[in-house]
Amino acid sequence: MTGAQALVKTLEELGVEVAFGIPGGCILPLYDPLFDSSIRHILVRHEQGAAHAAEGYAMASGRVGVCMATSGPGATNLVTGLGDAYMDSVPIVAITGQVNSTSIGTDAFQEADIRGITFPITKHNFLVTRPQDIPQALTEAFHIASTGRPGPVLVDVAKDALTGSAPWSWPAPMRLPGYKPTLTPHFRQVHQAAAMIAEAKRPVLFIGGGIVKSGAVDELAAVVDRAPMPVVTTLMARGCFPDSNPLNFGMPGMHGTVAAVGALQKADLIVAVGVRFDDRVTGDKASFAPHAKIIHADIDPAEIGKNRAVDLPIVGDARLVLAQLERNLADLEVPGWDSWIGYLQGLRDKYPTWAGAPHDGMLQPQEVIRRIGQMAGEDAIFVTGVGQHQMWSAHFLPHEKPYRWLTSGGAGTMGYCVPAAMGAKVARPESVVWGIDGDGCFQMTNQELTTCALNGIPIKIAIINNQVLGMVRQWQTLFYNGRYSNTELHTDRVPDFVKLAEAMGCVGLRASNEDEVDAVIAQAMEINDRPVVAEFIVHKDAMVWPMVAAGTSNDDIKYARDMAPDWEEITL
Amino acid sequence: MSTITTLSVLVQDNPGVLTRIAGLFARRAFNIVSLTVGPTERPGYSRITLVVPAEDEAVIEQVTKQLNKLIEVVKITEMARDEAVRRELVLVKVRADAATRADILALVETFRGKVVDVAAESLVIEVTGQHGKVQAFLSMIEPYGIKEVAQSGTVALARGSRAITDRSKYDRRAKSQRG
Repeated sequence: MTGAQALVKTLEELGVEVAFGIPGGCILPLYDPLFDSSIRHILVRHEQGAAHAAEGYAMASGRVGVCMATSGPGATNLVTGLGDAYMDSVPIVAITGQVNSTSIGTDAFQEADIRGITFPITKHNFLVTRPQDIPQALTEAFHIASTGRPGPVLVDVAKDALTGSAPWSWPAPMRLPGYKPTLTPHFRQVHQAAAMIAEAKRPVLFIGGGIVKSGAVDELAAVVDRAPMPVVTTLMARGCFPDSNPLNFGMPGMHGTVAAVGALQKADLIVAVGVRFDDRVTGDKASFAPHAKIIHADIDPAEIGKNRAVDLPIVGDARLVLAQLERNLADLEVPGWDSWIGYLQGLRDKYPTWAGAPHDGMLQPQEVIRRIGQMAGEDAIFVTGVGQHQMWSAHFLPHEKPYRWLTSGGAGTMGYCVPAAMGAKVARPESVVWGIDGDGCFQMTNQELTTCALNGIPIKIAIINNQVLGMVRQWQTLFYNGRYSNTELHTDRVPDFVKLAEAMGCVGLRASNEDEVDAVIAQAMEINDRPVVAEFIVHKDAMVWPMVAAGTSNDDIKYARDMAPDWEEITL
Repeated sequence: MSTITTLSVLVQDNPGVLTRIAGLFARRAFNIVSLTVGPTERPGYSRITLVVPAEDEAVIEQVTKQLNKLIEVVKITEMARDEAVRRELVLVKVRADAATRADILALVETFRGKVVDVAAESLVIEVTGQHGKVQAFLSMIEPYGIKEVAQSGTVALARGSRAITDRSKYDRRAKSQRG
């Protein structure tokens, strides 16, 4: 059996159903047996799209996403997607062609040391130069990608390993003596965590993407049932705990709610599960949560103590940690925390995330996004790009159910939306998939709408078109005296997004005033045989509030320009 | 050099493993005093001895945890000061004529070094020992005129009968971690 045949057979044995990629010289031997395989290969238009689609597929399905590219530029085009997956712990496997093993190091045509390039942005990577090593490398790659703290793994395969022959044997062995993720938390640590919760006066449950990755939603709900304390959810964890639950005070951080930021700043105990105390959440670290003891549970021991010293470390899988915590809490008397919850409720009532905006005839982006959420409903999968529209999506979409929220968090990758939405729709074709994108982001990766149109992947993309790089412009407004250096995209002139959408085989729609919004959304909801692009022309000066300016303290959060909340007005 | 820590890192000796470790130090802005790589008694495994500044306990903890995340890192042990043997090796080419040769040889004797090459105008001397001893030798020999120095990093082994590659002990721990 050739190495290429073994590679395809290994993927089939590992249960791979879909791969996103583009062939080229060095990976060509693989594409021949792939032609006869049960694996559905989706030919994308740019390798970055393949990587983000694999991410979208992984996030929506809970399985490993697969992307493929040829050597050199094909492989380097995957880099942004791999970096994104690394920052957000998304399990994907990238398979790249490499020049013949005898040519490696000679600067051969389309040679790039993609293994060296991706060392810092993959959980692990392999270079395979012999056909007999292919099944083992792929088996290990899928295992590493999907276990422990998930992440991207790259397998670079030399062309002569694909063309050479070796006997087939399955299952392939794994030899990973240094890889043993700790899943089960230490019982004494969890026991102590329960005791600390029972003694706390102002506890907060601070949950992150780890809840999504471990599927810990039910266990989380059970813990809150047992110990009804305030919950704040990071950007990555939106939907893991329903926004409609009065104990959910929303997203903390740079653009978090005043109540969620206040909860962390005033807490005497933070129970952090599956979070990494990212700078976008903590603001200035020295003044972050100054009164709080920290319980930090994470599957990655290196996250514990990295950004914030902890009082009680728990290494383990979030689902197992929360399940065990719930059992421990069952034996304890927990206080009601009524005045603490009442205080945060007061902050929430006094400082809502968005209280509306003056009507000047232009569409308000927040209202458009809220309306899409209402009309699409809480079962739709929502995918975003990065920037203002992303923050508004985090606040104003219906985050009621888990595994329906895909966004580029740690890396902040503009261009994530369209290809990730494609991947999500492939994973869950029965679900409505809405991408909420900006006019800047959309122009980075919209070519994948062609892929969607040709492959029967009817996603819906809303372009929140404010004609500028909105978040950057917001910073220019606030911190650069309104000097708008290179943030005007002139998308009111070109491109014509409706025509562009139609040129790519999609339906293009446009709304530029309030009367058109519902009709456009309704029309988009009705079209299920083609991708739809719905452009909403919105106000360019809308800003994301609240905001903690970069590097400043969470205590200095503003809920509108120059408007600071009065922490003392509501008594604790 | 009092605030240093020695880490003994057992790794699978796959191609690129040294790049991963060096890259990790660069990327996470960890400092490194010395790094020594060599084979172990078990085929397929190498030992990397890392000497790192130890001013900040939290940094050492991060270094260890981040190293442990590398798939090819099998085990890390911190070599406590009194519980490990540390050695460096230095080769020194020093000027030596008829007038100074006897003094230099006496110095070599004092440091239990060896003369490994003799030429008309110079000697090559080998000295091994702990970092402090090697440094002391270098400062003593310096006035005679050092032409060239080649110095190794530190290698270290824990005292006592336990070995980092002790398979049974390691497997037992792995099993209990898996729960």
